[in-house]
Amino acid sequence: MFQLNDVKYKNIINTKQLTIPADAITAVTGPSGSGKSTLLRLLNYLVTPESGTISYQGKPFSEWEPVELRRQVMMLPQQPVLFGETVAENLQAGRLFSGREEASEEKLTAAAQQCMLDKKLSEPAENLSGGEQQRLSLARLLLAAPDVYLLDEPTSALDEDMEWNVMERFLAEARRSAKGVIFISHATAMADHFADRIVHSNSFTGGEV
Amino acid sequence: MTESTSIIELSFWQILAAYVFIVLLLAIVRWRKIPREKEILISSLRMTFQLLLMGYVLMFLFENPSPWLTSLIVLFMLGFAIWNIFQRVRGPLTREMKRAIAVSMSIGTVLSLLYFNFVVIQFAPWFNPRYFIPIAGMIIGNSMTGITLGVQTLTEHLHSQRSRVEAALMLGATPNQATRKVVNQSFDAAILPTINSMVGAGIVFLPGMMTGQIISGVNPVTAIGYQIAILLGITGAVALTVILFTQLGYKTYFNERMQLKE
Repeated sequence: MFQLNDVKYKNIINTKQLTIPADAITAVTGPSGSGKSTLLRLLNYLVTPESGTISYQGKPFSEWEPVELRRQVMMLPQQPVLFGETVAENLQAGRLFSGREEASEEKLTAAAQQCMLDKKLSEPAENLSGGEQQRLSLARLLLAAPDVYLLDEPTSALDEDMEWNVMERFLAEARRSAKGVIFISHATAMADHFADRIVHSNSFTGGEV
Repeated sequence: MTESTSIIELSFWQILAAYVFIVLLLAIVRWRKIPREKEILISSLRMTFQLLLMGYVLMFLFENPSPWLTSLIVLFMLGFAIWNIFQRVRGPLTREMKRAIAVSMSIGTVLSLLYFNFVVIQFAPWFNPRYFIPIAGMIIGNSMTGITLGVQTLTEHLHSQRSRVEAALMLGATPNQATRKVVNQSFDAAILPTINSMVGAGIVFLPGMMTGQIISGVNPVTAIGYQIAILLGITGAVALTVILFTQLGYKTYFNERMQLKE
């Protein structure tokens, strides 16, 4: 569970108290520019609030080793990023960054298929379209297998059908392995459909901001 | 001395005649309307003044060899080189970055210099300015060029690849893992000119030290021995200073919470 107490950050985030479960599926909604991405960056310990405390599993962030925390609570940025040349290298990157051993080719293929990416492992990743790179990034994250996934509009470059399908499959896998997911969604319908809980930006921007 | 080993002393007028090359360069930039006249004038004047000054300083040192004076001159060269790096890098440098440059230049060049002088050349006394100062000059000068390229590449790439570095942090990478590619690119950019200078040495160009020794009458084989040693020494010094710099340099972009500074 994430607990935010009196957290203020740059006139973007301002919340007296906010609790987000770490073992359920939570959607973060709200207008663009309302600090949804900033909230995820705070939870990933990429930035630190100017005041207040954030805790994960009852332990304040200041007591966590930052890298250790991020290995348990991983984030996916909205813009997909490539690490390495081939699809396979890109899929392994999350495991290597987080100090885990390399996954077998079968596991790489399975994760790619789970995220509806039908590409050869040896294919150069830069040949992939924006939407394919997003799916590649999701598969990379699945393979890295943290305890909590923070997803910043992970399917924004996909068409609607594909978007729903990919989310459905990703979240099913997360549920199956009892992981928590906090995802930002621009589509309220998707948030309503998939999430156990919805956090609207009003609850962390001081309401009127 | 036979004619083949005597050196021609250049007269004032002969040196002045060499400045025709600068006049040629000035004419070219003026014709092409390239705004570089000021820099060309300043750099040729600075070069003249600095070399004249060094000539007199060396003359004084040779007549009054002292460990203190030799060390002082080398320290001054090192300080000047560090200051020069600060000036030559485009864009502002943070305090921590300046410290990383100064520390890596000092440790890298001094260690290389000590190894080169005490193990490779082994001249006596150890502070003999005839050896110590020119060798220090070559090692410090080349390291300066290397670090300048390294700083430039590191700052530019950490700026342009910021989102990539951050995306790696998001996946639990340490700052070291997240910047590995950028750090390697910086090291590569810094060391490449030195590697290229070894490739071309002897065929494309005769390096300066060897040329000087040959003109002043030293047996070419002896001169080549020195040149090989110094090229290797320079390569080692550049590698050492640049790897120290990149290891200290990338850390200046992170705070103690392993977050990228804004």
